[in-house]
Amino acid sequence: MPKQIPNPEVAVKEEASLTSLVKEKMKMFFIKIANVIEYLSIVFRNLFTNKFEFQEFLKQCYQIGNNSVGLISITGIIVGLVLTIQSRPSLVNFGAVSILPGMVAISIIREMGPVITALICAGKIGSSMGAELSSMRVTEQIDAMEVSNTNPINFLIIPRFVAAAVMIPLLTLYADAIGIFGSWLGVNIKDTLSLKLFIAEAFKNLEFIDIFPAVIKSFFFGAVIGLVGCYKGYNAGRGTESVGIAANSAVVTSSLLLIIVDLIAVQITDLL
Amino acid sequence: MEESNNKIVISIEGLTKSFGDNTILDGITLHLNKEENLVVLGKSGSGKSVLIKCIVGLLQHDTGSIKVGSHEITDISEEELIKVRKKIGFLFQGAALYDSMTVRENLTFALLRLKEKFTTDQVNEMIEEALENVGLPDSIDKMPSELSGGMKKRIGLARTLVVKPDIILYDEPTTGLDPITSDEISHLINDTRDKFKNASIIITHDINCVKTVADRIVMIKDGKVYKEGSLEEFTSEQDPYIKSFFK
Repeated sequence: MPKQIPNPEVAVKEEASLTSLVKEKMKMFFIKIANVIEYLSIVFRNLFTNKFEFQEFLKQCYQIGNNSVGLISITGIIVGLVLTIQSRPSLVNFGAVSILPGMVAISIIREMGPVITALICAGKIGSSMGAELSSMRVTEQIDAMEVSNTNPINFLIIPRFVAAAVMIPLLTLYADAIGIFGSWLGVNIKDTLSLKLFIAEAFKNLEFIDIFPAVIKSFFFGAVIGLVGCYKGYNAGRGTESVGIAANSAVVTSSLLLIIVDLIAVQITDLL
Repeated sequence: MEESNNKIVISIEGLTKSFGDNTILDGITLHLNKEENLVVLGKSGSGKSVLIKCIVGLLQHDTGSIKVGSHEITDISEEELIKVRKKIGFLFQGAALYDSMTVRENLTFALLRLKEKFTTDQVNEMIEEALENVGLPDSIDKMPSELSGGMKKRIGLARTLVVKPDIILYDEPTTGLDPITSDEISHLINDTRDKFKNASIIITHDINCVKTVADRIVMIKDGKVYKEGSLEEFTSEQDPYIKSFFK
């Protein structure tokens, strides 16, 4: 088979099209960054300058709590149970089974509780915010709101974002409590330990520095879920397929950002 | 001339609007008189909905001027835009009822956001009256998901009427409805005008609706006003493009 001679004209054209493609991608990337910055500046400006929609905020708090509490209860109890069952054999080998309640409590309160609660809420709340707002965009409800002299940022986005930022820490504390209860159940599979004594052992090793950063971290997790869910929904396209895209993108983006925020939070906590 | 100017409630001159390289409106000039039903006719994608969204400030036009009463919409302040929006009611293509609210809440929302404060009794009275006007007083506590397409349009109209606007913009009010319901909605547009003495712009390509409601017709083609005149002038027109609409 004769060796194929590269055509210089084709090679130049391919290189040119590749360069223009990269340029286009770069341009789109920077446009997206600019859009996000503009969105955040509008949201925070409205948050501090316009009247706060308190009724809508309460409604969103109820929806976030009510929609997630069941799922968080089940997940929390399983996480506590599994963590205890998995850790116990290793601790028994070292004769350190007495530190099990404290160890599980610290890992749940510092990391497992906030991260698992946030990831569940990203799936449950983030997707619902993305889908709801994008469907309102598609069916012109957001336009109708504007015509009715209502600022959609103020009425739709700020209450959802603030409600998520307030409710996720509360749900995290609840998940922590349920997780510790699950851990007690796990301990009682092999041993017999009263709940009162288990809790006393668990909290003996806990300090303020374990709980406070976790709550602050959950607040940022909530803010990320609210802001991303609303951004994806509010800026969705006009077609019906945009609803699915917005919901999916809200979950993926917020989950990724949660992990990044967690990484940053861990580094900061480590310095304290 | 002064007298005819006093009759004009919306005046549009040389309006242009583009999305990227795509020019949608290319120098539209038209006006709307008091208590007049003006039909804007044109095929899908001709920029009819863009035109009325520019009027109410939902879209920012590129060049030209839109005057609503004494208010110029170009570079209007937020306070002035609120004043304009208090005068204009907008019936969206799909009615755009808020899914998470009942019919009562939909109407209350529009009323309390656009008008001054009212007592609960006053609000209830005004909502009931608006629903009576569209013939759906029993739907007050229903959710939008429980309503048919025609009922949604009626409730959308009630939400528009509850604030007693001087001008109503109808965006394809009969699209997606069966012929009987379309006819009912068309007559409701006329009844509304007769009762409330408001001026209306009706965006449509439904010729039966045009025949029922039109006092005057403006046809848009390629972003420009193609023809303006009465229903009789349009129906007797020999231009093939116009004839294709009225055949």
